[in-house]
Amino acid sequence: MAYSYQLKRVDFIFRNENDWEKVLSSTIKKKPDEIINELISSELKGRGGAGFPTGLKWKLTAESKASDKYVICNADEGEPGTFKDREILSKVPYKVLTAMAVCGYVTGAKEGFIYLRGEYKFLEKELNKVIDEFQYYCKEINLDFSIKIFMGSGAYICGEETALMESMEGRRGEPRNKPPFPTQAGYMDKPTVVNNVETLVHTWTIFKYGAKKFYDLGVQYSRGTKLFSVSGDTPKPGIYELELGMSLQDFVYEFGDGDTKAVQVGGASGFLVPRKKFKDTAIGYEGKLVGISLPTGGSMMLFNSSRSMFNVLDNYLEFFREESCGQCTPCRVGCQQLLLGIKAVKRGEKPAAYLDKLLKLTETMQLTAKCGLGQSVANSFSSIVENFREEMIY
Amino acid sequence: MEKKVNITINGLPVEVKKGKTILEAAENQGIKIPTLCYHKDLCVAGNCRVCVVEVVGQKRLSAACATPCEDGMEILTNSLKVRNSRKHIIELILAEHNSDCTKCYRNGNCELQDLSSEYKIMTQDFIELAPLKNYTIDMFSPSIIKDDSKCIRCQRCVRTCAELQGVNALTVAYKGDRMKISTFFEKPMNAVVCTNCGQCVNHCPTGALVEKNYIEEVWAAISDPTKHVVAQTAPAVRVGLGEEMGMKPGERVTGKMVAALRRLGFDSVLDTDFTADLTIMEEGTELLTRLKKALVDKDPGVKLPMATSCSPGWIKYIEHLYPEYLDNLSTCKSPQQMFGALAKTYYAKARNIDPENIISVSIMPCTAKKFEAHRPEMHDSGFRDVDFVLTTRELAIMIKQAGLDFEKLEPAHYDRLMGESSGAGVIFGATGGVMEAALRTAYELVTGREVPFENLNIDTVRGLEGVRKASIIIENPLEEWAFLDGVELKCAVAHGLVNAKKVMDAIKAGKADFHFVEIMACPGGCLGGGGQPIPTNPEIRQKRAEAIYAEDSNLPIRKSHENPEIQKLYNDFLIKPLGELSHHLLHTTYTKRERF
Repeated sequence: MAYSYQLKRVDFIFRNENDWEKVLSSTIKKKPDEIINELISSELKGRGGAGFPTGLKWKLTAESKASDKYVICNADEGEPGTFKDREILSKVPYKVLTAMAVCGYVTGAKEGFIYLRGEYKFLEKELNKVIDEFQYYCKEINLDFSIKIFMGSGAYICGEETALMESMEGRRGEPRNKPPFPTQAGYMDKPTVVNNVETLVHTWTIFKYGAKKFYDLGVQYSRGTKLFSVSGDTPKPGIYELELGMSLQDFVYEFGDGDTKAVQVGGASGFLVPRKKFKDTAIGYEGKLVGISLPTGGSMMLFNSSRSMFNVLDNYLEFFREESCGQCTPCRVGCQQLLLGIKAVKRGEKPAAYLDKLLKLTETMQLTAKCGLGQSVANSFSSIVENFREEMIY
Repeated sequence: MEKKVNITINGLPVEVKKGKTILEAAENQGIKIPTLCYHKDLCVAGNCRVCVVEVVGQKRLSAACATPCEDGMEILTNSLKVRNSRKHIIELILAEHNSDCTKCYRNGNCELQDLSSEYKIMTQDFIELAPLKNYTIDMFSPSIIKDDSKCIRCQRCVRTCAELQGVNALTVAYKGDRMKISTFFEKPMNAVVCTNCGQCVNHCPTGALVEKNYIEEVWAAISDPTKHVVAQTAPAVRVGLGEEMGMKPGERVTGKMVAALRRLGFDSVLDTDFTADLTIMEEGTELLTRLKKALVDKDPGVKLPMATSCSPGWIKYIEHLYPEYLDNLSTCKSPQQMFGALAKTYYAKARNIDPENIISVSIMPCTAKKFEAHRPEMHDSGFRDVDFVLTTRELAIMIKQAGLDFEKLEPAHYDRLMGESSGAGVIFGATGGVMEAALRTAYELVTGREVPFENLNIDTVRGLEGVRKASIIIENPLEEWAFLDGVELKCAVAHGLVNAKKVMDAIKAGKADFHFVEIMACPGGCLGGGGQPIPTNPEIRQKRAEAIYAEDSNLPIRKSHENPEIQKLYNDFLIKPLGELSHHLLHTTYTKRERF
């Protein structure tokens, strides 16, 4: 039976365009309000995974009254299974820089930073060259905005925006209490916009092609396109730009190997979707019409029937046991309990019903952890254990 | 006008000042929300998550300690969702914590134990983590024992060490499951910048950081018939001990404490306040001598401001962090060590006891005193000057072990010879006290008149503000001190090492022209010492300070130089302040140490 699927490949992000100077100079001729309104009407949401409306973030920061403000490009791409920001920064870095400068113009920030993942040290040299060229042009058009690279040191938690700022301020990378939010008190306690690399590139697309063009892509509540890092049991791993709102079924038709058992959407902190739920799952932000909507920072890991879901979960939990900052109880102790717990069940040291106790624990972790990471570390556990319980036990 | 917001807590409408946290708002309403990482002395961390509450309409729970009230919030502090989560979190902490309570020094005074009891955690379903981690107990410091197996990672000690003390000996190391509280390069506590102040011990909710106790050693000495065991009690102990014995903060229990010590079997119960008075004689004279050298002889070698040297936490701090200022320290030993040196010389001779058979025990509000007694230079009597140092808490344990009904004890008086003291000696226990005591004596020594303050109370140096400055103009001095006529004597008082840092940095930057600075390592001075009852917080410190000043006002003698036993000591033994014997027994030297 033929199944007609609709997976819409798009090419905006990596389209090689040599007119960034023009885009920058024409955009900053507009009033800040105009730019913000355009972003808001595009309905662009943060592409790091959390999905906060970008226009609103810029607006809040623009409205905050402070002598100094900052723009930070979050390039601490650490979620297992994502590798899109690396490509952006090596192929179209000027789009990112332009977007940062426009953000600076809109919010009143004079300084921007790229927080570059420790493992991406190899990008630093090339990136600095582009930054130099960019700064030269900024001077030419009298735009007072500087960009510096801040090298991360390899901690996963520093992708969390407040931990990132702690790290930049020279302290241990640990998430802060919110409120205050970065738009009120961020880096150096000044209003700060923190945007994911990809988000910034989408703003560039909007500056160049207009909000409508972006808005017309995707579906309601999930507008525009998204980069997906496809990995795992797939004949064509890589980075793909697709319209948001596709069903997971369609995705698997395109990227699966014919034997896809499950897809982990959103990396280690995301959700595992089993085969039977592919049809009812859409990739996008909440509010989509069909079934469950899953947002993602872009990581899509496919698993075929040769994979043990116990091993998959074990691997994720090992990761979190180590990468939790260790600050708050639910995340620090919770991750250890989940990991040791599934091992104990597997070895028969704990009864199968212990999994239910751990599932309850994941609820507490979601409800009480201090930061977004801590609240989501248990997602993989709950979705894998609920769907592949027998693999955990036998 | 202050902005107010309207919220409800468990259905009760409440008006709160904008910016107040949910925890504070609930506390005002008499609703207790449990906490572990929260402490009134410290910044908010929000990391234990025990204080989570439900804000109706929000998906996730909020940490009450870290969430400001906002208009219209409906807060539930005890909903089923909250209870279940909170219980879970307590269970998680217990799974990580070495819960062998019966063998713990803090058994009976542990915030985690209380919480576990309150929530009736009767089983442990989660996997116990402490046995998996090969923890070793750090017992290298003479003052502090650190047992990571009992650590709940609340970081109160880390914040204490950084915010109150500016020392940063304790810090967070590693991440994830390996995350722990550690030191520079994980060196033992005796090999790092730790000042032994014990504020971490006082702020630890569990038994992860405790004082090294010498209770059994002291019992053994008391039971040894060949030993003459002498006790000295520091000024701040008498305003703290009551709390350990179930009384309210701020009760003065001097007489009961003396009675208790005698009942414990000490051969002689004497007072550190006596050597506090002696410190004033020596240190006051030293200050005047330095002033003369600076003002009259124009001696470039003399260092001003002169800094007090009573607080061993402060001494170790300056040795580590401002070693270039060691010559600014008064060479006077602390009252504890002056007492120790005299106990085995002056006292031994007067009482005709072989000093070898004297065991000198001091009761201190302090853990750094344990380190101080261990210092190699503190052997001037020919023996170790102070054999054992007990904290206020350890004394309370001994009193309980002896089965004494403390509140019913008939107040008793100190023994004679080194038991008499003035109000000036008592106020050593509060920040600003040494300064006030010194001014009372020095001013009178120089002018022949009492300090020009009502009732001898020098209010400008009192209080709990971190750094206080005061000055006093010397008019019509006696002939011998004519060079001081019209001189404005400038003083500063700081407590808490983070405030000591402010003063030292100002001095270093040349922005301070003080003649005399008093620095105490602990917030509030000794009354807030690391060896004082747990909890200690701003309100309790205030109460203890009031008690100290009340003790001073009630004493017949208020000035150190009028203490008849001090006069006798100089007549019979020392001859004069800064004399040869004084130099030998009462003064000391300092050591430069590493910065980490």
